[in-house]
Amino acid sequence: MQPTTRHIVILGGGTAGTIMANRLARHYAGDIKSGEIDITVVDENDVHVYQPGLLFLPFGMYDADDIVKPRGKQLPSSAHYLQARIAQVDSAQSRVLLENGTALPYDVLIIATGTRTAPEETEGMTGPGWQEKVFDWYTLEGSRALAKALSTFEGGNLVISITDMPIKCPVAPLEFAFLADWYLQERGIRDKVTISYVTPLDAAFTKKAAAAALAHLLEEKGIQLVTEFATGSIDGAAGKLVSFDEREVPFDLLAVVPVHAGAEFLTKTPGLANAMGFVKTDPATLQSQHQPNIFALGDATDVPASKAGSVAHFEAEVLEQNVIRFLDGKPFTDTFDGHANCFIETGFHKALLIDFNYDTDPVSGHFPFSVGPLTLLKESRLNHLGKMAFKYVYWHALLPGYDLPGVPTHMSLSGKDL
Amino acid sequence: MFAGATVEVDSEGFLQDPAQWTKEIAEAIAAANGIPELTDRHWLVLHFMRDTFLTTGTAPTIRSLGKESGVEVKELYKLFPKGPAKLAAKICGIPKPHGCI
Ligand SMILES: Cc1cc2nc3c(=O)[nH]c(=O)nc-3n(C[C@H](O)[C@H](O)[C@H](O)COP(=O)(O)OP(=O)(O)OC[C@H]3O[C@@H](n4cnc5c(N)ncnc54)[C@H](O)[C@@H]3O)c2cc1C
Repeated sequence: MQPTTRHIVILGGGTAGTIMANRLARHYAGDIKSGEIDITVVDENDVHVYQPGLLFLPFGMYDADDIVKPRGKQLPSSAHYLQARIAQVDSAQSRVLLENGTALPYDVLIIATGTRTAPEETEGMTGPGWQEKVFDWYTLEGSRALAKALSTFEGGNLVISITDMPIKCPVAPLEFAFLADWYLQERGIRDKVTISYVTPLDAAFTKKAAAAALAHLLEEKGIQLVTEFATGSIDGAAGKLVSFDEREVPFDLLAVVPVHAGAEFLTKTPGLANAMGFVKTDPATLQSQHQPNIFALGDATDVPASKAGSVAHFEAEVLEQNVIRFLDGKPFTDTFDGHANCFIETGFHKALLIDFNYDTDPVSGHFPFSVGPLTLLKESRLNHLGKMAFKYVYWHALLPGYDLPGVPTHMSLSGKDL
Repeated sequence: MFAGATVEVDSEGFLQDPAQWTKEIAEAIAAANGIPELTDRHWLVLHFMRDTFLTTGTAPTIRSLGKESGVEVKELYKLFPKGPAKLAAKICGIPKPHGCI
């Protein structure tokens, strides 16, 4: 007799969806073979971009070829991979509707559709000057176009700006500023350029100790910090950013991080997502607040953790356990603590490292443990090597869903100067 | 002390217990923060924000206020100069919104 199949459907085959698919496929290898479990991953395209690489593209440190691979190849062969655009989650009937007309029934749904940049949310952003002197470098096309513009930039005002929070990898714009300083020095035109860093926050970063360290670095590098600037509109023709409270910042070249939003289809299911399209998610269990057989992880959620690949990875370890226990009808035992860690590239072959969670802000010390090789919140060459090695780790350990040695899921206080 | 009532506030002046809030307190906080008079438009935002917090446990962000409260972002900045989300939270008596990371 054929066993009844239980369907796990994963929406999105980016960082989080791929890690989940690989972990679950490994756990359920036998059940997949016997037909008791079936895993399907849906993504609208087959271009997996190593997003941290988008930071290096504008400065010629990576090529597009270095950071793009086919999505299908990163997924387990025992899972079905559907290249299709998701139209809607029909949570009342536990099925997903695809734009091609297919309906996918699920026992467990895992939402990992990440974020999209929404430049159209800001008046004028995609108007005159778009892709000429106004660039969204969070996309492959934008980042490549910016590389071209920077290589021929003669001088003037270079502005790096964040339109609104949340954004993915909140440290990336700072890293961009540091790398721009380095790159322009190498090109011998640093003295002809004013670099400004424009943020809606009241400091260089959201977390206090890190903000102080980062503000200090900005100052050292002669980068102007403009805070509490909520961008209302962009006038590309005149070259100025205008805030809602009517302040102006002039630019000749603008590297902008647009407003982020969740996938559009998520707002079509009442109660599933908030107004910006982020899935309403329990921050500890990663279960949807809308329905028990729906879970979410990665950038798609509204949990108060960083939108970062490292976070998706830590969440995946917890979520794997929770999904298994859910299918077994057992209560959850593992919780996600908001753990994030990021390297912050500061130029000149150096980087900082920060490690934090929901409750503990980034502090100085060592990682992973009290005498770990990497210093927290302090620039070092080793941190830079760690950041550059991350590309290899991403494709070969992170996406396949292996636990990284020395990098615990739950944040450790050991080694931290608390 | 606000409007003759003793309430618990954090170091930045955010009420810690939304239940202690009254209209008079709102007016006093607004006045202390450069808004001499609360108009109907202010109240629309304040009620929306407070209701959202009381039902969901989190304060809406500036963009969701702009999308859902009936008052556009530009006007929000006119009504609550500088940081509308934070200032409106303060006036409507809910804890300081956690900054997004
Ligand atoms: C410039 C930059 C630098 C970064 N640096 C770092 C770093 O140093 N360290 C770090 O940890 N993180 C970094 N990140 C963040 C990291 O890349 C993301 O947090 C991570 O990719 C999130 O994974 P995700 O699976 O949630 O989303 P994604 O990887 O973006 O995947 C979402 C997937 O969903 C699919 N999808 C969406 N909507 C639909 C639909 N309607 N139909 C079908 N498919 C759909 C998309 O095609 C996509 O494949 C950086 C990001 C950027 C942009």
